[in-house]
Amino acid sequence: MLPINETVRDLKPSGIRKYFDLANSMEGVISLGVGEPDFATPWHICEAAADSFKDGKTHYTANRGTLELRELICQYYQENFGVQYNPVNEALVTVGGSEGVDLCFRTLLNPGDEVIVLDPNYVAYEPAILMAGGKPVYITLTQENDFKLLPEDLKAAITPKTKAIMLNYPSNPTGGTMSKEDYAKLVPVFKESGIYIISDEIYAELTFDGQFCTPASFDEIKDQVIIINGFSKAFAMTGWRLGFLLCNAELSKQMTKVHQFIIMSAPTAAQIAAVQALKEGRHDILEMRKEYERRRNLICSRLNAVGLKTNIPKGTFYVFPDITSTGLTSDEFCMQLLEKKKIAVVPGTAFGVHGEGHIRISYATSYNNIKIACERIAEFVSELKEKEEAK
Amino acid sequence: MINQEILELLEKDARLTPKDLSEILNEDEAKVREDIAQMEQDKIICGYHTVINYNKALRYEKTMAFIEVGARPMKDKGYDHTANIIAGYPEVNSMYLITGDHDFICLVEGKTMFEVCQFVSDKIACIEDVQSTKTLFVLKQYKQNGVMTGAGKSDHKDDRLVVSY
Repeated sequence: MLPINETVRDLKPSGIRKYFDLANSMEGVISLGVGEPDFATPWHICEAAADSFKDGKTHYTANRGTLELRELICQYYQENFGVQYNPVNEALVTVGGSEGVDLCFRTLLNPGDEVIVLDPNYVAYEPAILMAGGKPVYITLTQENDFKLLPEDLKAAITPKTKAIMLNYPSNPTGGTMSKEDYAKLVPVFKESGIYIISDEIYAELTFDGQFCTPASFDEIKDQVIIINGFSKAFAMTGWRLGFLLCNAELSKQMTKVHQFIIMSAPTAAQIAAVQALKEGRHDILEMRKEYERRRNLICSRLNAVGLKTNIPKGTFYVFPDITSTGLTSDEFCMQLLEKKKIAVVPGTAFGVHGEGHIRISYATSYNNIKIACERIAEFVSELKEKEEAK
Repeated sequence: MINQEILELLEKDARLTPKDLSEILNEDEAKVREDIAQMEQDKIICGYHTVINYNKALRYEKTMAFIEVGARPMKDKGYDHTANIIAGYPEVNSMYLITGDHDFICLVEGKTMFEVCQFVSDKIACIEDVQSTKTLFVLKQYKQNGVMTGAGKSDHKDDRLVVSY
């Protein structure tokens, strides 16, 4: 067999593949490891898609997506987050936020260009950078600083080779958020360096206590910002695979070129569903957000009571507790918890080396599951302590 | 004192304890207990029931029918007097005053169709000021208290991957 592409060959298969395979194949597991909403897509959204099939809307759309959907997306960003984009030439509908990530790096990077990535971070950024010939450079985030990006760390990471920074707030896996004030401190550094700011805002609607802020809302750097967002988390539409990119017209044009050759256009039924979501789905977002916030309160309270230090995150449906008090590594903790108590969570190390000492817990599940899972985690932790004391 | 958030949560899951509720709502546990006790005392919270899928259980013990009842309102008392007489029967599970051709709709439960028929003809129809009844037997239940109970729907499993990023 002839050798395949070296970058692909050298992509590290996730170190926790074994754990994932075991968890996904075990019976009777209660999972706090799921990276998607437990809610079904609201019924009226599903109906809109079902009707579209019957109406024969089964063809390609414009490469960028239907104009109706792009107009609604731009209106949505304007009304909710106060930033303006032109639906004609600054918006692009993608196959999930994931395609958006890929398009950004393919479009921006030349071989050897550096991209600043936060550690811990969502798992897809690093491979996308590598496959586009770029080089990831890491900034470590800490629980003490609520997993926020600080200006001094940003400054220190920027080199003449830096092309872009990849942000994801509210953050998977940490639940960390950035407020307007937090971003304001970074803006001069962004402005001076001129680097692109890729902002994955997929959890924007899952912001609690306070308003979500996009870096694009700062006029002086707006042209440097590329917004990635989508329908998966806000509207519980993960399986529909629909996202979008918002950025200046020139970048958008270049990314649309890539998109038109690799994708053609995002699925038509999903676009029609998304139109319905934006037109009539505000209420659904608010209901789901309220529910996530309540679950967050419950799980943070229970985990802290067990002695696993957990910040109360202001966004997403994840918490990222510190498990170092147990004396186990992240991987050991997760594997033993799964084997002994049949509770699945994700080791922090899945999200970068600085995820060590943490686990990612998803509370996109029922109160009852959260209660049972926390009871079993409590048992697990106290058994570990007893063992430690017996030594 | 009505604590709307507590009502919202208990309406969906009556098994949430005061401790659960206090954590979910970020409120003091003693205050939650107090609110619940007060709402129970004020008969705002009138009971804690279980949602049963009758397609699966008690199939031969339970026959349900909706009875539409036409009634003549009484001077000074309106419909309430007659309504309270009907609602007083244990066979009547729920009852509402409604718009449309009839005045009341009652969900009536009995062991057999015959039992329900007998109850309607011997009890409800005989009440003074009841003018007409119309009995609609339940064939199958699809949803109760917000929970889908129809075939295939009640077994809905979480089909997400157990772990994912």
